[in-house]
Amino acid sequence: MTSSEQAELIVFIILAPLAVVTALGMVLTRNAVYSALLLVVNFFCLAGFYVLLEAQFVAAVQVIVYAGAIMVLFLFVLMLLGIGNEVVVKEQMRGQRPAAVLLALGLLVAIVGALAAGVFDAEPASLAAANEGGNVEAIGRILFTRYTFAFETAGILLVVAAVGALVLGKRQP
Amino acid sequence: MLFGQRLRALAGWIATLAVAAAFVVALAAFFELLSHPGEERTQILRGYEWFTSGDLRVAFDLRWDPLSALMALVVTGVSSLIHLYSIGYMEHDERRETFFSWLNLFVASMLVLVLAQNFLVMFLGWEGVGLCSYLLVGFWFNRRLLVVNPLGRLVEGEPDDTREVWAPPAAKKAFLANRIGDVGFLLAMFLIFATTGSLDFDVVFGEAGALAAGTATAIALLLFLACTGKSAQFPLYVWLPDAMAGPTPVSALIHAATMVTAGVFLVARTHTIFEASGTAQTVVLLVGAGTALLAALIAIGQDDIKKILAYSTVSQLGYMFIGVALGPIGYAAGMLHLVTHAFFKAQLFLGAGSVMHGNDDDTDIKHFGGLRSAMPITFWTTMAAWAAIVGVPFTSGFYSKDQVLAAAFEHGGIGLLAWAIGVFTAGLTAFYMSRYVFLTFFGERRWPEGRHPHESPPVMTVPLIVLAVLALVAGFALTTFTGEGGRFQAFLEPVLGAPEEHESLAAAAGLSAAATGLAAVGAIVAWLLYVRPFDWLALRRRWAGAWRPLAEKLYVDQVYEFFTVNLGGALAAFLARNVDQRGIDGAVNGVAELVGSSARSGRRLQSGLVRSYALGVLGGAVLIVAFLVFRP
Amino acid sequence: MRVGPGAYLLLSAILFAIGVAGVLIRRNAIVVFMCIELMLNAVNLSFITFAKTNGSLDGQVLAFFVMVVAAAEVVVGLGILVAIFRKRSSTSVDDVNLLKG
Repeated sequence: MTSSEQAELIVFIILAPLAVVTALGMVLTRNAVYSALLLVVNFFCLAGFYVLLEAQFVAAVQVIVYAGAIMVLFLFVLMLLGIGNEVVVKEQMRGQRPAAVLLALGLLVAIVGALAAGVFDAEPASLAAANEGGNVEAIGRILFTRYTFAFETAGILLVVAAVGALVLGKRQP
Repeated sequence: MLFGQRLRALAGWIATLAVAAAFVVALAAFFELLSHPGEERTQILRGYEWFTSGDLRVAFDLRWDPLSALMALVVTGVSSLIHLYSIGYMEHDERRETFFSWLNLFVASMLVLVLAQNFLVMFLGWEGVGLCSYLLVGFWFNRRLLVVNPLGRLVEGEPDDTREVWAPPAAKKAFLANRIGDVGFLLAMFLIFATTGSLDFDVVFGEAGALAAGTATAIALLLFLACTGKSAQFPLYVWLPDAMAGPTPVSALIHAATMVTAGVFLVARTHTIFEASGTAQTVVLLVGAGTALLAALIAIGQDDIKKILAYSTVSQLGYMFIGVALGPIGYAAGMLHLVTHAFFKAQLFLGAGSVMHGNDDDTDIKHFGGLRSAMPITFWTTMAAWAAIVGVPFTSGFYSKDQVLAAAFEHGGIGLLAWAIGVFTAGLTAFYMSRYVFLTFFGERRWPEGRHPHESPPVMTVPLIVLAVLALVAGFALTTFTGEGGRFQAFLEPVLGAPEEHESLAAAAGLSAAATGLAAVGAIVAWLLYVRPFDWLALRRRWAGAWRPLAEKLYVDQVYEFFTVNLGGALAAFLARNVDQRGIDGAVNGVAELVGSSARSGRRLQSGLVRSYALGVLGGAVLIVAFLVFRP
Repeated sequence: MRVGPGAYLLLSAILFAIGVAGVLIRRNAIVVFMCIELMLNAVNLSFITFAKTNGSLDGQVLAFFVMVVAAAEVVVGLGILVAIFRKRSSTSVDDVNLLKG
């Protein structure tokens, strides 16, 4: 094993459990703000994974957009609505929790089963050739040539979202 | 109905003239028939085609032969007399024109019945007379009729009368009992058509010999079932006594002389089928003899004069059936008894009507007594009929009843049993008929205060006289002068077949003596009890235990009522509750309930809660993915 | 022992499952939203992994677009949530049950 691979392994071993734990914590904790903060940590872990996977641009975007903007937005709303702890602890819908856990586990099993078809043996190719000139430049190259239409549409989508948010946020007279 | 009120008074005369004209026509046709030699006395009139269905072609064919001629003459002749009588009897009734129109309808139906050339036309007449019987028995549907209490004065304080009846139930009973018999007729027709391919008499009787014994028995017994209904034999006789709720001329005509004889005529007409089945003949014989005895016993215990005569009719019909059940030796005897019975029974009924007419329509024999001086014509004519029915030598009843009994004796085997029963019943007949005349016309007067019994007007007494004369001489006139059974038998032979060799006349005389002797005994006993001053009411009370079953008609009606009303009602209630309410309604309601409850359960899926919907989505997704991944 | 793509994909599956469970279990609408975000991120991780596996950047571009859409979605979604829950005092998802019946 090369040193980079070794390093990768070490980082993975640190970050993976952290990601899982924070995800679990986010789901289980009563306090909504704690949930949001735990999710932020989870996003940082994911950003780390992206770097490991030679997707530096996406890692940066993850931190800036997701952790930096979206989660901040979440926290804003949480503060705005004044969320305290969830009042009612007891589950009102019978069998919902066990069913949810069971089904989630079932989904996990199903997905793993799908993966077991051969992905675990796949040889990871290096992205060195694709990342010619740096990851950002490479993505930019593809983004503005092959995915131009999607890019423009994403732009429109963002505008629509912004307008929508404005409309929704408007206080009724 | 035409010309309104003015014709109403004439309605009776018009009706009577119509029937009398029919009689004249029948008489003319009869003489025309006689002008042909013996073997060619059958004429068939092919009439208008009624319908065709597949292989069956039915037309209104009529047949004129000795048998139908005899019946036609009896029907129209007796009917003319009774129509005449009714003019006087129904004088004060506000619906008398309806009465006469129905009476004429009856005569027409009866003629269709006897003149038919095929089973379906005969059935048309059969049903027609049943309908008219229903209409006429229920004629006084809006009147309360008082009926004698059979247990009157049996126990201290038991009243004489007032078991009130209404006519409609009696009419319904008559119709229903007839209907049960008619089912037999219909089934017999089906069977006949199925096995012989036709309903025409000539065709069917030609094939009768070729029928399998079982088939012939089935057909014969089904036809006989119809006879037990129409001719009031056991088990369907129960309607006849109740039918006395109708006006007395109706009782005389329909329930004595004509309609009830239709069954006897049917057996005689279809005799080839009965001859093909010894079993059926035995059944008819036993039923006839049994009914004769049963009815005679019941008649002894009745205080209502019309009921006595009704049971007497049932009993005498039994004799007729004995006659026609014996095969060729008995047909003529049975038919002769039919004719003589028509005369004397019609006379007895009309006489009873005359007695009622003069006694404020009272029918209770306990209220009569010593009427012979108040109603002489009625008295003498009734005595003539009495002589005929008990079998006083040389009266018509003597000839006919003795011929039936002689034929039974000669038949041997089961015929001997029938003979013995017949002789014993003759004794009972003499007893109860003597009781009837003695209590009514002789002895001390028992009328209530204020009643003035009087004789009836001539329009009523003339028919009485005519019938009385016929009752005395008809037997003699019809049978003597030619051979064994006399020219009556010879006359019918082309239709009914000739019997085998007879015994000698001496043996017949011996048998006759037996029956006549027993009859005399019966009459004498009645004389001792009822004419001489004797407290027969006290005797009745002493023997109340034995008297009661007789008065209560041997409980046959009660048994029937239990089965039909109680059990039938219980069955109907059971079915109504379980099959109809629980079963059918339950199924229908159940379907609705099922839909409702499944909708209600399905509704719970729509909880409105996002999370449960999400759970559903997830569940489905897991299933799909699992299926795709783990596809076998 | 190397960290192969299988490990990342397994991790992605785990995170996704956790997110799903969270959506079904939590009642606070905003927390539910956050679990959805978690699910989206898990998917992003698998996209990036496949990009590495296939040796092209298409997966990364796709992940990028997912993030863009997620951002837009969050904006509008939270706007809706704020609009609804401003009127009511509770943010429980169980209270929006007008579709019941």
